[in-house]
Amino acid sequence: MFTIQRAENLADKIYLFEVKAPRVSAKCLPGQFVIVRTDEKGERSPLTICDYDREKETVTLVVQTVGASTERMKDLKSGDGFLDVVGPLGKPSELCEEENLEETKKKKIVFIAGGLGTAPVYPQVKWLHEHGVDADVIMGSRTKDLLFYIDEMKAVAKNVYVTTDDGSFGFHGMGTNQLQALYDEGIRYDHCVAIGPMIMMKFVCLLTKELQIPTIVSMNPIMVDGTGMCGACRLMVGDQVKFACVDGPEFDGHLVDFDGAMKRVQQYKTEEGRALLRQQEGDTHSGNCGNC
Amino acid sequence: MSVDVLKRVPIKEQDPKERAQNFEEVCLGYDEAEAMEEASRCLNCKNPKCVAGCPVSINIPAFIEKIKEGQHEAAYQILSESSTLPAVCGRVCPQESQCEGQCIRGIKGEPVSIGKLERFAADWAKANGVKPEPPKEKNGRKVAVIGSGPAGLTCAGDLAKYGYDVTIFEALHEAGGVLVYGIPEFRLPKDAVVKAEVENVRSLGVKIETDVVIGKSVTIDELLEKEGFEAIFIGSGAGLPRFMGIPGEQANGVFSANEFLTRNNLMKAFKGHDTPIKRGEKVVVVGGGNVAMDAARTALRLGAEVHVVYRRSEKERPARVEEVHHAKEEGIIFDLLQNPKEILVDENGWVKGIRIIKMELGEPDESGRRSPVEIPGSEYEIDCDTVIMSLGTSPNPLISSTTAGLDVNKRKCIIAKEATGATSKEAVFAGGDAVSGAATVILAMGAGKAAAKGIHEYLSAKA
Repeated sequence: MFTIQRAENLADKIYLFEVKAPRVSAKCLPGQFVIVRTDEKGERSPLTICDYDREKETVTLVVQTVGASTERMKDLKSGDGFLDVVGPLGKPSELCEEENLEETKKKKIVFIAGGLGTAPVYPQVKWLHEHGVDADVIMGSRTKDLLFYIDEMKAVAKNVYVTTDDGSFGFHGMGTNQLQALYDEGIRYDHCVAIGPMIMMKFVCLLTKELQIPTIVSMNPIMVDGTGMCGACRLMVGDQVKFACVDGPEFDGHLVDFDGAMKRVQQYKTEEGRALLRQQEGDTHSGNCGNC
Repeated sequence: MSVDVLKRVPIKEQDPKERAQNFEEVCLGYDEAEAMEEASRCLNCKNPKCVAGCPVSINIPAFIEKIKEGQHEAAYQILSESSTLPAVCGRVCPQESQCEGQCIRGIKGEPVSIGKLERFAADWAKANGVKPEPPKEKNGRKVAVIGSGPAGLTCAGDLAKYGYDVTIFEALHEAGGVLVYGIPEFRLPKDAVVKAEVENVRSLGVKIETDVVIGKSVTIDELLEKEGFEAIFIGSGAGLPRFMGIPGEQANGVFSANEFLTRNNLMKAFKGHDTPIKRGEKVVVVGGGNVAMDAARTALRLGAEVHVVYRRSEKERPARVEEVHHAKEEGIIFDLLQNPKEILVDENGWVKGIRIIKMELGEPDESGRRSPVEIPGSEYEIDCDTVIMSLGTSPNPLISSTTAGLDVNKRKCIIAKEATGATSKEAVFAGGDAVSGAATVILAMGAGKAAAKGIHEYLSAKA
């Protein structure tokens, strides 16, 4: 049992959990993730590490409730726990490696976070800030109810540009529109990290390819074990099959086959929806109404 | 009761039609009278060939003798002297090519059902609350075991019996490794058999820490330098699933056997737990090993029509005879000497079929088996909505890439001495699939056993 020390509802359907997980906290670095299982029936859900405190032996996880397992997480409070927290998994972000620090300092870096992508972007920006590296952050969501961590991000980033697709907060438009606007103002970045929904990362990569900005993306495909055993998270990068859990999750965004990856994410859509409906409707769920 | 000593006492099995629709165990095992009768067929050879055929050298005639006498507890204790997992081995070992393959009875008639007798003694012990005898004294020296599969459990159990303070680190949330995520319920019941065997290992004083990924959560060097372990056994198992590299393999509906089986076995999709599984209406499994049989029979039980496509012939097929026999009984269709060329994909990215080419056998290859050669112009298509690739695995890089001084071979398997499990790195031993590549439960157990002895010798010399 991994005890939850702090639970917060950050935004619509977005929850934060600070969890005691000594082994993960001692080793994790920006860019890595954990696998969490809520309870005996739960899936192994890959969750992003948003922050960590090595002294308190905690990691901070941010979850968007999308399926039956994550839906049950939202009722968890401080003092409750997750059955399993495994990690840190995946490779740490190359940008946040001490040995690359001198090179990194020379770069003008922009992060583009979409939706929940703010969570994995934050520890990278924080790490860079703590190591004397400036970075700009464009963080966006569909609408203002989905925004979170703006103040936290402002505390560690040089400039923060907030966008909403519907204009309900900040810049009216998407991260790509904001990046283009900054480019048009004459700002030149030479490294981009984009993390968010696959469709957003795809469009960021199309733009940064045009603007010739090397771009790293963090892929979030379906996973089961997360340790390099099942192969569910495979994706094409260039002409090679890569496993996001052990080879990633970060890849050169200009080589990733986003269309293929997006199709694979659809794979269990209906099954997940059915599991969620079964949970919400309880015994009254027959599965025969045709809605699921 | 049968009087023909040349024949085995027949074993009861679930009816094929019935079991094709459930996940209950196929083989029902011997009852006491049947076991004692089968035990009486053992000739108690002075020079027992069966023991030599057993990778963990169980004193087979001795335990069978005890069953014959009705001393089942004594039979179990003889088994557990050599094997940490008798209830598992009795079910999944390829006895026909090991102990039973050597049995003198087999020359004129049928060999003694050693596996089924082993299973009987282990199940009897569990039903009667008998545990393996715990170690008499502890030496307090710490040894870490990486992975709680057959190699790790065996090594840990033996080390505990030598008196060591053993901790197993398991990456998944449940102990058992392939016994839990890979081998299905209908061959190896999880609660009744695997959990009980794991508990038996715990009862020897072995600690198991789940949710620890060695190489990520903590490294081998940190275990040695910071956590006070004097030696380490790596039994981390096989690794990343292989794919064929044919067009369409990234389509939705193409799974590795590992993924398909993990969703069902470890995550219990068949019991309605949250983790979804694509049931499939018509499933093609590619491969000829035991894992392919497991995947095929699982898909069948989930309600699919299942074809197994294998590029060689019956003779070369590596799966156990019993598994193939059971699969056929249940209605699995075998398409032998055939190989996929392409997975056909619909406009939404889903599998809609598979294009197959027929093969013939040519010259023997490096494995000694006649290699399959394509027959030009023989291609045809099968409609299907799911393809499960069961082509073996390549080693997981998490440990080898984070442990300096640990040598791997060109296939990226850890190099270890067969007799002791010793690797190129001091205090580090290894065995099982991480060393051999994908093999069997019992070979992994044999390697775990050898390594426990190797570690004991190493630490005894060091002290």
